[in-house]
Amino acid sequence: MSLAPEYLTYPQRSYGMDHDRYDWSMLADRKAVLWPGEARLALWINVSLQFFPMNQQGVPFPPPGGMTMPYPDLRHFTLRDYGNRVGIFRVLEALRSRGLNASFAVNGQLAERTPALVKELAGIGEIIAHGWNMDTPHYGGLDRDTEQKQVADSLAALRDLSGQAVRGWLSPGRNESEHTPELLAEHGVDYLCDWVNDEMPYPFRTSKGPLTALPLSTELEDRFVIQNNLHSESSWQEQVCDACDLLLGEAESRGGRLLTLSLHPWLIGQPHRIGKLEAVLDYILAKDIWSAHPSDIVARWQAQQ
Amino acid sequence: MAEPAVMKEDPGYYAYWPYRNRPALRWPNNARVAFWVAPNIEFYEFNPPTNPQRKAWPQPYPAIQGYGIRDYGNRVGHQRQMELLDKYGIRGSISLSTALCDHHPEIIAMCAERNWEFFSHGIYNTRYTYGMSESQERDMIRDSIQSIHQHTGQSCAGYLAPALSHSEHTLDLFAEVGSELFGDDAGFYTCDLFHDDQPTPISLRSGKRFVSIPYSLEMNDTIAFVVNKVEPRRYGQMLKDCFDRLYAEGEKSGTVMCIPTHNYQVSCPHRLKAFEEALEYITGHNDVWVATGREIAGHYLDHCYEDALADIEQKETEAAA
Repeated sequence: MSLAPEYLTYPQRSYGMDHDRYDWSMLADRKAVLWPGEARLALWINVSLQFFPMNQQGVPFPPPGGMTMPYPDLRHFTLRDYGNRVGIFRVLEALRSRGLNASFAVNGQLAERTPALVKELAGIGEIIAHGWNMDTPHYGGLDRDTEQKQVADSLAALRDLSGQAVRGWLSPGRNESEHTPELLAEHGVDYLCDWVNDEMPYPFRTSKGPLTALPLSTELEDRFVIQNNLHSESSWQEQVCDACDLLLGEAESRGGRLLTLSLHPWLIGQPHRIGKLEAVLDYILAKDIWSAHPSDIVARWQAQQ
Repeated sequence: MAEPAVMKEDPGYYAYWPYRNRPALRWPNNARVAFWVAPNIEFYEFNPPTNPQRKAWPQPYPAIQGYGIRDYGNRVGHQRQMELLDKYGIRGSISLSTALCDHHPEIIAMCAERNWEFFSHGIYNTRYTYGMSESQERDMIRDSIQSIHQHTGQSCAGYLAPALSHSEHTLDLFAEVGSELFGDDAGFYTCDLFHDDQPTPISLRSGKRFVSIPYSLEMNDTIAFVVNKVEPRRYGQMLKDCFDRLYAEGEKSGTVMCIPTHNYQVSCPHRLKAFEEALEYITGHNDVWVATGREIAGHYLDHCYEDALADIEQKETEAAA
């Protein structure tokens, strides 16, 4: 019994990362970043608008929040559709009444299905591309031409309907193939929100030109905390408030910090949950924050590098 | 393919030795609890070779989510946790993926400067022991101990197998390689066994004096947050409850509490507060010995090990009679 010799050789064992996508860098060692008005904390709220097809293929894995029952899974199809019909309007009102900015990450196919909604969102905040639908994941081994079409179609649908340049990208289920960053760079994307390895923007390499990685926290996301971890709504509220306090404290000596809130209207827009979002927003709003669109955060950061 | 033809029913490392009526265990200054924090500082590879028995990542390469959050631990989480341990006067006992000495020497330097302990957690946390021959595992362990010595000057005292992947020989090999390299000054404790709240002697094929140190796996942040999906503030409460009980019982005979952490779990902004409250609470008690794994194992081997062996033997004889 033994393993192949390659299992005990370590070709990447040297300084820095074991890949070329970005450089090794510790947050605490970086130059302080100043946000507008010397706010200590930038707040980025991202609301994901998603289409989960009922004929889900699940190749090579099903999307988080996708169908789980035998076809036709009316239960999950309609529960997700609820977010785009009902939940989103509760979320929008919570933001509007507090004067908060947000981005909307929209599946390309949802833009086709609900053009009026996307036009309305484009008038409110920044549109980010969120792939074609939740069942078209970007993954290792995906054919490059297929992926190229998904990227192109998603961006075209959203740019056309929103009238915005659409420079940001969040992959469905946050999965990527080995080609995704190059394809995004080729299609006019400037910043990428899939990676969760930092709390501030950082430079990201592709062979087709540089991107900026703008991490959107999964650990604090409504879906991850409430649906994946099965924590209570109250606990989610506490967790966001605790995170807000910690980052504010750190910003006192280390420069501006970034709090990201990733929201799903099909989950947080439910009647028993929306109040927790409102309470979270009230708590954060009372602090020294800059409520910003993601492209403004990237631009502000970039100007200081 | 990789499992031995005959699997053992019991690993055979220790005899049954009931917790009650053991000889009283005394810590320095009559402390009731020996308390240690074991930050796992790990390197997970983006594209590791495949192990026949365990997948490193759930998705095909590139699995950016799992890789990314672990990288977050080193980029963001480490210094946050380190500052907190500094604040409460705790020296970490690092369970180290030793390739991190090459990838991120800045982290090693910061910890060495604080006189933290480094012990071996394998080379990468994406290289599992499953399927290795004895000589392959021996080479991997030797490489990890040598890396620690080369980069920190420390002779590695403890072991926690990479990703808790073991073979039947893991503890034997660790003890033997430790002796080959540094005599009795290396390879004398393990964190891999969770059978007790006190240190216990471990019998190995070499007969080396070797001890298991409680690593409190239920208090491990990854077990709490990822496996058991515990809410952050409840985790803080669990730590306090665990401590309270061990502190009370430690009045009669000393106990050990460990908090095994990961810089990508406990250092997240929404979790650090509850962890800090627990550290403040625990270190606010008088009769706590804030120690490292090596110090706990060393004290036990020097002052308690022989009494324990004698008591175990006597109780086994009584039980057989």
